[in-house]
Amino acid sequence: MATAQTEFPPPKVLTYPASAPPTLITQGAEGRLYKTTHLLPDRPCALKYRPPKPYRHPILDARLTKARLSSEAKVLERCRREGVPVPAVYAMDPAAGWMMMEWIEGIPVRMGINEWLGERSDGEEEEGAAAAVETDSARQEEADETTTTPLVDLMKRIGAAVGALHRTGVVHGDLTTSNMMLRPPPSQGGQVDGGTAGEEKEDKAKVLEGDVVLIDFGLATQSMSDEDRAVDLYVLERAFASTHPRAERLFATVLASYKDTFKKASSVLVKLADVRMRGRKRSMLG
Amino acid sequence: MALEKLELEHVPSTYHIYGALFRDVANTEFLQQQLLSRNSEFEYAFIDASSVISRLHLLSAVYSAVNVSLDGTLRTPNVHSEIVVSFNTNNNIADAYRRWGITPGKTKDLIVIKVVSPRQFTAQDQDEATTQQQQQQQAICDHLRQHVQGTPAPLTDAELTQATDWPKVRKYYRLNGVPALDRLADEHERRRQMESLAIMGMALRGL
Repeated sequence: MATAQTEFPPPKVLTYPASAPPTLITQGAEGRLYKTTHLLPDRPCALKYRPPKPYRHPILDARLTKARLSSEAKVLERCRREGVPVPAVYAMDPAAGWMMMEWIEGIPVRMGINEWLGERSDGEEEEGAAAAVETDSARQEEADETTTTPLVDLMKRIGAAVGALHRTGVVHGDLTTSNMMLRPPPSQGGQVDGGTAGEEKEDKAKVLEGDVVLIDFGLATQSMSDEDRAVDLYVLERAFASTHPRAERLFATVLASYKDTFKKASSVLVKLADVRMRGRKRSMLG
Repeated sequence: MALEKLELEHVPSTYHIYGALFRDVANTEFLQQQLLSRNSEFEYAFIDASSVISRLHLLSAVYSAVNVSLDGTLRTPNVHSEIVVSFNTNNNIADAYRRWGITPGKTKDLIVIKVVSPRQFTAQDQDEATTQQQQQQQAICDHLRQHVQGTPAPLTDAELTQATDWPKVRKYYRLNGVPALDRLADEHERRRQMESLAIMGMALRGL
């Protein structure tokens, strides 16, 4: 982290004193994300910074940075007002290229799913062996019921979150399981420590607990078109297939829940079939 | 002491921010007149407490104004008027003064913010700076006590919430008929969300 910070000078706003030094969380092609504080030491926030691009003309660069940050903020405001689970914007300076947002506790959905599947992998083989010996389909069903329900439940929450997003007229533009957070219930926040041995089994189920919060609206646009929405779903489906191949079959649950949340889903799902046939890009141009 | 020193994250240590709350202020006309005549003795942000939701809401406006002041891109005469303007969700300055500023006959409870910026500081070493700061705080406190005819109260959420005029705040931040709020059953949670949406509206001012 220290080397990363010497490599990239932080934005000016982060050079002023704060109770704790900002930490660089991640770095993308367009910007960097720091964890810092907003107003008070106990109010954590995420600061998204779009540094100036030296290869662009300064006037054009300033205009692009400002426009992109503004549009991201506007999309977030729209989502918040409509009750879509996204981070709140705390403060921003579009001219300076930064925006402070609510810090979402918890882990990315991708990490939660992988942890869950990772723990399950041994058990799955044993189950398979047991089923082969007993050839008892009822037993198999029961095993599925008990081991996959938290995962199925998470899929439903993902579908509901994406459905709520599309309902408000916003498409995300980069829907992946890394751009969704699993926020633990607030009551847990203060007392996560000290799990006894008896609670260990419960902890495993807790990996997938919490609200699904959509993050990173850097590529989001306000759109009501079925085509754009279908591409959003398609991108998520592909991301799902590549990051969690073993949970791929559960994507149908995401779509079912999406359909329950969003009234106009059926025409989007029809479009999704088209998109699957030809890929994300509509035309061969550009 | 009625005057509290406010510490904010990401504000240079050369900036000193003070805040106070006065209830049932009797001389709002006189105070507004000092602002209108640009009396340099009265370089304060006078904020109508009924338009303010919480301490966090207040501090957001203060931070926003200080940030603009650091940039040197003030759109109003000074950092104090900029604080009042920062509460607004659009760029209408007169509107902001009317809604969040002091209004004779309407303002009852008054929040006072004073920002002392580096140019008013001359101290060379740390000790001298601390003494100077304390003297300054005392001087501001005395000045306010002398000229604001009201009952000093601590600048806490409990006190601020009592003063909040919710119908007004909901109107100013366009919080009526917002699906995210109407869905909430818990009043405490709804207020938290309203605070969050208000701060968001301020952050997105003019976009």
